[in-house]
Amino acid sequence: MEQPLLKVDHVTMQFGGLVALDDVDFSIEQGEILGLIGPNGAGKTTLFNVATGVYQATAGQVRFEGRNLAKTERHKITKLGIARTFQSIRLFPDMTAIENVMVGADAHHTTSVLSAMFHLPKHKAEEKQGLKRALELLEFMGIADRGDDAARNLPYGYQRRLEIARALATNPKLLCLDEPAAGFNPAEKIELMGLIRAIRDQGYTVLLIEHDMSLVMGVTDRIVVLDFGKKIAEGTPAEIRADRAVIAAYLGEPADAS
Amino acid sequence: MATLSFGGFLTFAGFLSRFWPSTITGLVLGAVYALVALGYTLVYGVLRLINFANSEVFMLSAFGSFLAIEVLNVPQRLTGGGDPVKTGWELIGILALCLVVSVVIGGLSAVVVERVAYRPLRQRNAPRLVFLISAIGASFAISEAVGEWGPQQRDEYALTKFFKKQQLFKVFGADVYNANVIVVVGAAVMALALVLFVSKSRVGRGIRAVAQDAETAKLMGVNVDRIILITFLVGGLMAGGAAFLYEIHTPFARYDVGFSIGIKAFTAAVLGGIGNVRGALLGGVLLGLIESWGSSLFGSDQNIGNVAAFVTLVLVLMVRPSGLLGESLGRSKA
Repeated sequence: MEQPLLKVDHVTMQFGGLVALDDVDFSIEQGEILGLIGPNGAGKTTLFNVATGVYQATAGQVRFEGRNLAKTERHKITKLGIARTFQSIRLFPDMTAIENVMVGADAHHTTSVLSAMFHLPKHKAEEKQGLKRALELLEFMGIADRGDDAARNLPYGYQRRLEIARALATNPKLLCLDEPAAGFNPAEKIELMGLIRAIRDQGYTVLLIEHDMSLVMGVTDRIVVLDFGKKIAEGTPAEIRADRAVIAAYLGEPADAS
Repeated sequence: MATLSFGGFLTFAGFLSRFWPSTITGLVLGAVYALVALGYTLVYGVLRLINFANSEVFMLSAFGSFLAIEVLNVPQRLTGGGDPVKTGWELIGILALCLVVSVVIGGLSAVVVERVAYRPLRQRNAPRLVFLISAIGASFAISEAVGEWGPQQRDEYALTKFFKKQQLFKVFGADVYNANVIVVVGAAVMALALVLFVSKSRVGRGIRAVAQDAETAKLMGVNVDRIILITFLVGGLMAGGAAFLYEIHTPFARYDVGFSIGIKAFTAAVLGGIGNVRGALLGGVLLGLIESWGSSLFGSDQNIGNVAAFVTLVLVLMVRPSGLLGESLGRSKA
């Protein structure tokens, strides 16, 4: 088997005395949608932050295409090809939707400050390209009609989708979505599922943290389940649905009730 | 101005007669304040830090233009010791030289300040207060070093010596000189360039993104340290430009020249809403006008103008605690 896109290699994460992640080990393959689920406080967001290089693991390491993320500066992680959205929306509130996406697109632009100041042709070309890409992405996410509005004035659903558009603008190899359906009604969730599939079909690999079981079961190829910082199961949605440890974790039944 | 000798107080009629002249003086002052205020407001935007050393960037730039004229021995070369007043291309050449030197020194010294006084602290996650102390320290250190070991004061090669003030036209009976026009137009051009830079360019977008949420910007691939450096650079360029315009009016540069200008410019930034680019411009112009009107209403003494300026600041902040235009950090339209 070829090298996985992202390898979470026996990662342990401690905050003082609290063990948030305990020897978690899994990998994400090119082109799949991997779901990461678990009850509240299971360590999903912590794992997400370790995987995207925000936290450094206490033990173990995260390798992206074989490269150790702990040794990479944060803004460079984006350039390597990892992009993310946030559980609580973190857009640039006073910038327009288009500008928000363009900040993401800027990540892989190469012209210097001087060429920006003097409007050299290469910078202009990149700006044009960035704008075009931003408009395409807004279109793709179905929010192009509000492109010129400040992010803070957009409806909630638009803001969520704008975050995904901004992340996609960085041209990621791996797109990490942190509870993208939070606060969505069922209809919006179904729409989102379609979008996530469409994103994968464009060649992106997706890591999806989600609370909502129907969404996770409906859209992912594989699922990793965390409970109290440990990986308790890994498999296809069908396998996970039948997994006793998972059912126990979610329903609070004793795991050895078999 | 016979009325001025009456113990400093002017009649209201006297004030009206001096209204337009003092308005022009105020605009000139305000133009300089506004440019320097931009440096405070931009850095505050990205770092939530008052860069007190910005006033020293201004001071160094002011000296820079004098030194350039001195080192290149411009007056000797041009006239062999004759009449120092220049006209035409010679004058434009001198002005251009001073402008370039001021702006370059402003930009460079601001970058050095960021590298030496702030970046090391940032890398060690120092608490906010430490940055403030470092800012004040840097300001004093630069100013006193120049006073102690540096040129202290320079007037021999002041721009005003080469530059003959000429009355160009009158506005409501008030004389408008060529120097006034250069300052106001020059400041307007620089301010416009900055506003366009911040609101339209990629780097400007980065500056606004960092101002609104530095952590998120970092995760979106923005090199925050680089953006901060550029912000200092741009603020320094503005302070350098302001120093050049200031020297057109002022026959000397002194090691402490930055102090009062810096305080006023900082006040202007707060008055307009710190972090807000348009606020800094508005605040600068207003402060200059109020200071000038104040001194012509209550007496010619400069200190009275200062009192008027700061009383206005307090009154405005009582009604609008976040300044006239609010602390809209990195607003889309700058």
